[in-house]
Amino acid sequence: MAVVTYLPRLLPTLFLSGRHLRPIIVAWLRLVPPAVLAAMLVPSLLVREGYVDLAIDNLFFWAALVAFPVAWKSKSLFATVVVGMGLVALGRYMGVGL
Amino acid sequence: MDNSKKQALTAIGIGMKRALPIVLGYVPIGFAYGVLAGKSGLSDANTLLMSLIVFAGSSQFIAIGLFASGTGPAAVILTTFVVNLRHMLMAASLSPYLAGWKKRHLAFFSFELTDESFALHSAAASRLGDCRLEALSLNMTAQASWVAGTVIGIVASGLIGDIKPMGLDYALAAMFIALLVGQCENRVRVATAIFSGGIATLLYLAGWHQFHIIAATVAGATFGLGVEQWTKD
Repeated sequence: MAVVTYLPRLLPTLFLSGRHLRPIIVAWLRLVPPAVLAAMLVPSLLVREGYVDLAIDNLFFWAALVAFPVAWKSKSLFATVVVGMGLVALGRYMGVGL
Repeated sequence: MDNSKKQALTAIGIGMKRALPIVLGYVPIGFAYGVLAGKSGLSDANTLLMSLIVFAGSSQFIAIGLFASGTGPAAVILTTFVVNLRHMLMAASLSPYLAGWKKRHLAFFSFELTDESFALHSAAASRLGDCRLEALSLNMTAQASWVAGTVIGIVASGLIGDIKPMGLDYALAAMFIALLVGQCENRVRVATAIFSGGIATLLYLAGWHQFHIIAATVAGATFGLGVEQWTKD
């Protein structure tokens, strides 16, 4: 796991550092972070047991609806994580979701 | 103290200060990881080793999930590789700014490159060439907090019966939300994220588990680039 984590992080900096990449490639690379983060996040919020599930007991989805504006306003990783986990915990405490 | 030493210390201090938002996020998420790893049956030593030598939040969460479900090591390694391929694209996007760096510094910098430190580095990428010490200090502070959170989580794992009432299983998603919002500074990037998230969801529903991430990333970034070029003129 360490090796397959390290290689993708290392090889580009080692071989590409200081090279002049074509502007179109740089523009594409700049869009990778929002793309990859959304790709990891969105299915985990929407999909449960193989289906898109937006029922009230899908706490991950509803907590995200609050966590997004919190992240937007606060620009804080800490505040977003605490509010998100707190809402999921609260929902479960009130018996809303699983 | 001579001047260059003073400058070095200042740079290290600035790096640590810049890492603070990451620290605040990593301690609770590292904590969640430590607790979940304990619940999955991974040994304390291996849980800690992963934070020390792998240092990849999402992969570590995914790995303990697979471990708990009894998946074999080959599948765990392949999944980690696919999930971490995104760092290749991230590292590549920083590389033009790392021109003056020595190989060994690059090696160390890359080892501690994560989604979060990448976000901070890319926001200040144009300075990256001149502030090596600051950048490395930022990375090291971030990893130290990740390891600290893991240790607290390992200790707490024995004390916590069930993680669900605390919402610890939401730590990773909440972290991604904060990072994603930080990345969406204009309409093209928002469109990229929405497109990529939609494609990822469709592929996931179609049964692509893990490869949906890399496929949706490539599709999303290409789509975003198209929108950017289209709206430019």
